[in-house]
Amino acid sequence: MAWFRRKPEESEGAARKVVIQEGLWIKCDACKEIIYRAEVERAGRVCPKCLHPFRITSRERIGQLADPGSFEEHDAGLSSADPLAFKDTKRYRDRLKAARQKTAMPEAVVCGTCLIGGFPVVLCVFEFAFLGGSMGSVVGEKLTRAIERAIAKHVPVIIVSASGGARMQEGILSLMQMAKTSAALERLAAARLTYVSVLTDPTTGGVTASFAMLGDVIVSEPRALIGFAGPRVIAETIRQPLPEGFQRAEFLLEHGQIDLIVDRRELKDTLRRLLAFFADQPTPPA
Amino acid sequence: MPDALDFEQPLLELETRIAALQADEDPVRVRDEIRRLEDRLDRLRQRTYAGLTAWQRTQLARHPKRPYTRDWCRLLFEDFLELHGDRRFGDDAAIVGGLARFEGRSVVVLGHQKGRDTREKIARNFGMPHPEGYRKAERLMDLAERFAKPVVTFIDTPGAYPGLGAEERGQAEAIARNLRRMAALRTPLVAVVTGEGGSGGALAIGMGNRVLMLEYAVYAVISPEGCAAILWGDAGKAPEAATVMKTTAPDLMRLGVIDDIVPEPVGGAHRDWDAAAAHLRDALRRHLDELTGRSGDTLVAERYEKFRRMGVVAEE
Repeated sequence: MAWFRRKPEESEGAARKVVIQEGLWIKCDACKEIIYRAEVERAGRVCPKCLHPFRITSRERIGQLADPGSFEEHDAGLSSADPLAFKDTKRYRDRLKAARQKTAMPEAVVCGTCLIGGFPVVLCVFEFAFLGGSMGSVVGEKLTRAIERAIAKHVPVIIVSASGGARMQEGILSLMQMAKTSAALERLAAARLTYVSVLTDPTTGGVTASFAMLGDVIVSEPRALIGFAGPRVIAETIRQPLPEGFQRAEFLLEHGQIDLIVDRRELKDTLRRLLAFFADQPTPPA
Repeated sequence: MPDALDFEQPLLELETRIAALQADEDPVRVRDEIRRLEDRLDRLRQRTYAGLTAWQRTQLARHPKRPYTRDWCRLLFEDFLELHGDRRFGDDAAIVGGLARFEGRSVVVLGHQKGRDTREKIARNFGMPHPEGYRKAERLMDLAERFAKPVVTFIDTPGAYPGLGAEERGQAEAIARNLRRMAALRTPLVAVVTGEGGSGGALAIGMGNRVLMLEYAVYAVISPEGCAAILWGDAGKAPEAATVMKTTAPDLMRLGVIDDIVPEPVGGAHRDWDAAAAHLRDALRRHLDELTGRSGDTLVAERYEKFRRMGVVAEE
């Protein structure tokens, strides 16, 4: 299954790039409107015309969700050891180095503890710009440690996914991270701790087929691409064009695969309400 | 030697020459020549199969004459009763399962099922399951746990099917749920990669207390063709992709992903089903014996620790 692609030229699964000029205006790639940049920023990087949520960095996401100053990162020192000494047209080590430079992030997920609306949680957020948010040993290990930490501290887990799936450059070890993270979530469930899975554009492959679809509650951002196989692989397999809106969040909601679609500006409040509900406490005022 | 793979051509030529000589009218005259050629064939065979590349192993793992799950069931079990359906949507013929007797003990069996001829291949969707296949597997694991039976799974799939219906009905969720189900399973689970271990579609029935692999089986995060198409932009680089991804049984043993390699007869399981089954029978017996009698808590804890350790990271 193709979980991420080097050439994102296809319309469905492709990154919706926002061409940000130096000036005050940007163009939304979803509706092609020219929009005022400050307005987009104010809306949490959502297009004010068509409400399309632009991809945001893990730091921006944490800033939007965590109570100010409460996020404490864990396991930031984990990095990939290139266990297969993998090389295709480039060495995996070089791809990692380039990804670190591009994103200023050590790996494709950030994990830590924070407060959301005053409720302590373990929060893990994917960085899609880091090798397509792909899951190798480090991502699997960080998520598993985060879930184990939640069990030890007796707090809920929130994972915000944005990933093309398992990381090919770590081969079978990437696949095994699906087993590892799912097993950790089984322990979390046995400890009766809540897990909220937040799906953002895009969430596909081995990430969807493991922890991302195991939430007690599964929330998605509008229009996020969510699926097991990538749209191009499916189109090639069935040899016909895919229906409009296929594998978008709205499609999944209609087919009973997710609980809620929540606008980015409402996401923190929704999480707060969910946390309050499971903690059996009144929802604190916003 | 029907269905010879390209690297088996030299063997095929020798076999053809021997067969021609054996048909000679004067057996005494050609006896020495036959013996000489048979010796050569033996040596060549040993040499060919001792030094197989990852791609050659992939070809053997996909060999059209290789035993499939229902063949293994017939070869290994005294009795096999297939059970059908996920009780929700349908019965997926790409995953078979049921009740079996292995050397007298009751086990629940699950496995991917490929088809032998064109009609069966289509009916079984080339061994690529839909969500209902995985949900049938989950149901049978529930059954196994309720009645304290060990589970044996046979893995042989190019992958979970990437199609419209599969996505609509929650392919990802079906696989994910099985992973969590296996993590909690309170009876022994022995998974055997018998042919192709195709990614999440394989792992979805593969979280064993023991994971065994047949000598020439392969197991990977993505097919070599898929990997090559993405990383090289050319599916024709599949042989290179197979090599760099480390997909063979010895590779996976070194990476700590599997527990045992089950030997195959020279030339592969398809050459001698009975011999292949005898090796697998020994391995299954050994591992089931070791796991029998362990408590549910122990089995769950051991399985957790086993998968918890997988992966290699550097830590500052």
